[in-house]
Amino acid sequence: MNPSASLKLPDGRRRLRLATTSLAGCFGCHMSFLDIDERLLMLIERVDFDRSPFTDFKKIGHCDIGLVEGGLCSVENVQVLREFRAHCRTLVAVGACAINGGLPAQRNHLDLGQILAEVYRERPGLAPGSAVPDDPELPLLLNRVHPIHEVVQVDYFLPGCPPSADAIWSFLNDLMDGRTPHLGHGLIRYD
Amino acid sequence: MPATSPISRCDPQAVIIRHGSDPHALVQILRELQAELGWLPREALTRVATALGLTLAEVEGVAGFYRFLHLRPVGRYRVLFSDNITDRMLGSEALLQALCRQLGVVPGAIVGDDPLVSVDRCSCTGLCDQGPALLVNHHQVVTRLDATRVAQMAELIRTRVPVPAWPAEWSLVEDRIERADVLLASPPAQGAALAAAIARGPQGLLVEIERSGLRGRGGAGFGTGRKWALCRKAAGTGRVVVCNADEGEPGTFKDRVLLSRHADAVFEGMTLAAFAIGARTGFVYLRGEYRFLLEQLEAVLQQRRAAGLLGSSICGVAGFDFDIVIHLGAGAYVCGEESSLLESLEGKRGNPRVRPPYPTESGYLGQPTIVNNVETFCAVTAITLRGAAWWAAIGTAQSSGTRIHSVSGDCARPGLYEYPFGTSIRRILEDCGAADTQAVQVGGPSGVCVAVNEFDRSIAFEDVPSAGAFMVFDRQRDMFEVARSFTHFFAHESCGFCTPCRVGTALLVRRMDKLAAGHGSPHDLDALFEIDRLLRGSSHCGLGATAGNPLRETFNRFRPAYERRLRSLHLIPGFDLDAEVSIARQVTGRDDPAAHLEQQG
Repeated sequence: MNPSASLKLPDGRRRLRLATTSLAGCFGCHMSFLDIDERLLMLIERVDFDRSPFTDFKKIGHCDIGLVEGGLCSVENVQVLREFRAHCRTLVAVGACAINGGLPAQRNHLDLGQILAEVYRERPGLAPGSAVPDDPELPLLLNRVHPIHEVVQVDYFLPGCPPSADAIWSFLNDLMDGRTPHLGHGLIRYD
Repeated sequence: MPATSPISRCDPQAVIIRHGSDPHALVQILRELQAELGWLPREALTRVATALGLTLAEVEGVAGFYRFLHLRPVGRYRVLFSDNITDRMLGSEALLQALCRQLGVVPGAIVGDDPLVSVDRCSCTGLCDQGPALLVNHHQVVTRLDATRVAQMAELIRTRVPVPAWPAEWSLVEDRIERADVLLASPPAQGAALAAAIARGPQGLLVEIERSGLRGRGGAGFGTGRKWALCRKAAGTGRVVVCNADEGEPGTFKDRVLLSRHADAVFEGMTLAAFAIGARTGFVYLRGEYRFLLEQLEAVLQQRRAAGLLGSSICGVAGFDFDIVIHLGAGAYVCGEESSLLESLEGKRGNPRVRPPYPTESGYLGQPTIVNNVETFCAVTAITLRGAAWWAAIGTAQSSGTRIHSVSGDCARPGLYEYPFGTSIRRILEDCGAADTQAVQVGGPSGVCVAVNEFDRSIAFEDVPSAGAFMVFDRQRDMFEVARSFTHFFAHESCGFCTPCRVGTALLVRRMDKLAAGHGSPHDLDALFEIDRLLRGSSHCGLGATAGNPLRETFNRFRPAYERRLRSLHLIPGFDLDAEVSIARQVTGRDDPAAHLEQQG
C-alpha cells in the first residue's frame, strides 16, 4: 500500500490504482474484500490503493478502478460518487445496495419528512425542544434511496450481499488481466 | 347500477346455463355477466366458480387477466380512446383531455364506488382509417371523433342517455376498400367452393391448397397446406379449426372489413379446412374490440346452417359435420398469438404455451388444431373455387396470391388496398395519395420500418414481409415518438407471465421516456440495446422478442431523431436530483449551497 512503489511491474505492465468507498452501505462488502485474506499480498503486488477505508486517504486521485459499495441516501453520497466517476477509468457497483438500493432503500415507501419528525421530534424520551439537526456540515438526506447507476454511468456490476471474497478476487483478476469479468455459476449470487 | 348488491339485477345462473356450465366457456361467461352488471363483483364470481367447479382464485385469476373485465366498478360509461399512433396523429389526445375536462374526470382514474364515467386509453381499436376512434362499454364504437362529437358525448353522458340511444351515425363503421383485387373484388357464391371441394375429396383439396403455395396471412407465413396436412396426420381423435380474428396488431383493420363484408367466404374457408382435416368443431376468436360485429356474424352463421352449409351432413355429405362458435376476446393483444388464443378459448388466462407441441399436434383441449388468419380462410375459399394454378400465378415465387394492406396515417385515402405480392411500397404510397413520406411502418409495431431509400422494396416474404398494417408517416412526424408510442404499446400488452418481457418492456419504456424528457445520454442508448438483446434472447413468446423492434428499426433509419435528444456525453439522472433533497431542506429549513444538488455533476 505504498503509494511511492514503482509504477511498473517486473513483467513491464503498469501498476494499477484502485479506490474503494462505502456510500449507503454497511461496509459488509469491504469486509468481504478483506476476506480474500493472504491474497491481499498478491493484490498489492499489482495495485496501489488510492482513496479507500483501507488507506484512509480523504481525497481521490486518478485511478484505474473504483469499487463502490452502497447506494445513494444523501447529498454527500452523490458528491462522493461523482468524484469517483470523474477519477476512475472503470467504475464498479459492488453489492446489493449499490446495484438496487438494498436494505437502506426499504425506507423508500415512507415519507422522509415523517421519518425525521418521528425520530427527532415526536419520539418519547426526547429532551424538550428537540429538533431535526440542521447543521450545514451534515449532509441532507435524499427523499428516496437510489442505486448508483441512476446517477452516474456504471461500467460493471458485482452482485451479492455481500459478494463473496472469491467472487471479488475472481472479478478483480479478470479486470486486471483485461478479461471481461464473468463470475459464472457458483460465484454469482444476489444474496 | 348501484354498487350495493348489483347481483340482484342479474342472475349468473342464466348465463352459466346458456353456456352449458362449461368451465371452458369461462371467458365468455364473464364477458356476458359483465355486459349486464358493468363489472364483476366477487359475489358473482363466487357463484360462477361454484357452478363451474372452479375455485374463486381460478375465476378471479382469469377475470384479472383481461383488460375488458373489471373487478371493481369502472363507471356506467367506460370510455376507451384508441391509442394507436394513427389516432394520436389525428388528435386523439387533445380530444381525450377535452372530454375529461368537460366531465370533470382524470384520464385513467376511477373515483368512488359507483362512478358515472371513467375515461382511459386502449390499444388500437382497428379503426385507423376513420379515427380518432373510441370504444364505449366494450361494445359500441365511435369513429371520426372531433371536438363537436366529444362535447355532445359529454352532454349525453352527463344526462345519462344510454349508449344505444346515441346518434347512430357516430358508430358508423365504413368499409373503405380503395383497391380490390381477387379477394376483395366480389365475394364468391355461397357454397360454391364447398361443392368444388366435395368433388375433389379431402385429400384432393389438401393437395390443391398445398400446390397453391398459400402462406398464412397472420404474419409468420407458415404454409397453410402444410399446416393442414400436419394436423390431418396428427395422432388423436377430434380435429379443431380456429379462425384467428383477434386482429390486435396496431394499424391492422383488414379482418374487420373481411368479417363485415365477406363473412361467408371466411366461414366457408373454415368449413373447407374442416373438410380437409376432418374437424367437427370450429371457433372464431373475435377480438373484443369488434364486439359490434357479433350479431351480424351470428346471423350469417345461422343463415349458413339453414342453407345446409354448417351443421350435420353438410351439402348432403354423410359424416361431414361441422359447426362454428364465435368466442369474444376481452382486450388482450397477446391472445393473437395462437397458443395464448387457445388458452383463452379454453376459458383460461391468455398466457402463451410452451411450444412444441404445436397446435397441429395438441391444440384446443389437446386436440389437433389449425389456427389460421381471417384473410387466409378467404384465400382458401378463392383457391378452392378457382384452382391452385390460378392462385400460384399471382404474386411472386415464394409469396403466391395477394395481400390486403390496411393503409392509414399520412395519406389522402386511407383504407384497404389489395395487391399481388411483389408490389412495391412506392406504388402503394402513390395509390393512397401519400405525399412527402419519410417512413412506412409495415406489419405494425412488431414489423419493419421502411425509409425513403427503401421504397422500391416490395411486400413479399422474400423482401418486406407484412402482417397487413401499412402506417404512413410524413416528414412532419417525429420517428422517435412513433417508436416510443409502440414501445409503450408492448409494455401495456405484456401478459406478465415471463420476467424478461414483464420487466424488460417496462425498462424500455422508462429509458425511452427518459430520452423524451431530455435526460438522455449515449449510455441510455447502450442500455436500451442491451435490454433489447435480453428481450430477444430470453422472452417466452414473440411479444417480448419483438418489443424492441420499433427501437431497432427506427434507430437504424432515424438515428438523428434519437441523437438530438441526447443532452450530455455523461449519464444524467432520469429524475430531478435537486428535488430529491426537497423534504430534507424543508424539514431542516436549510437553503445553503450544500443543501442543493446539480442535475449534472
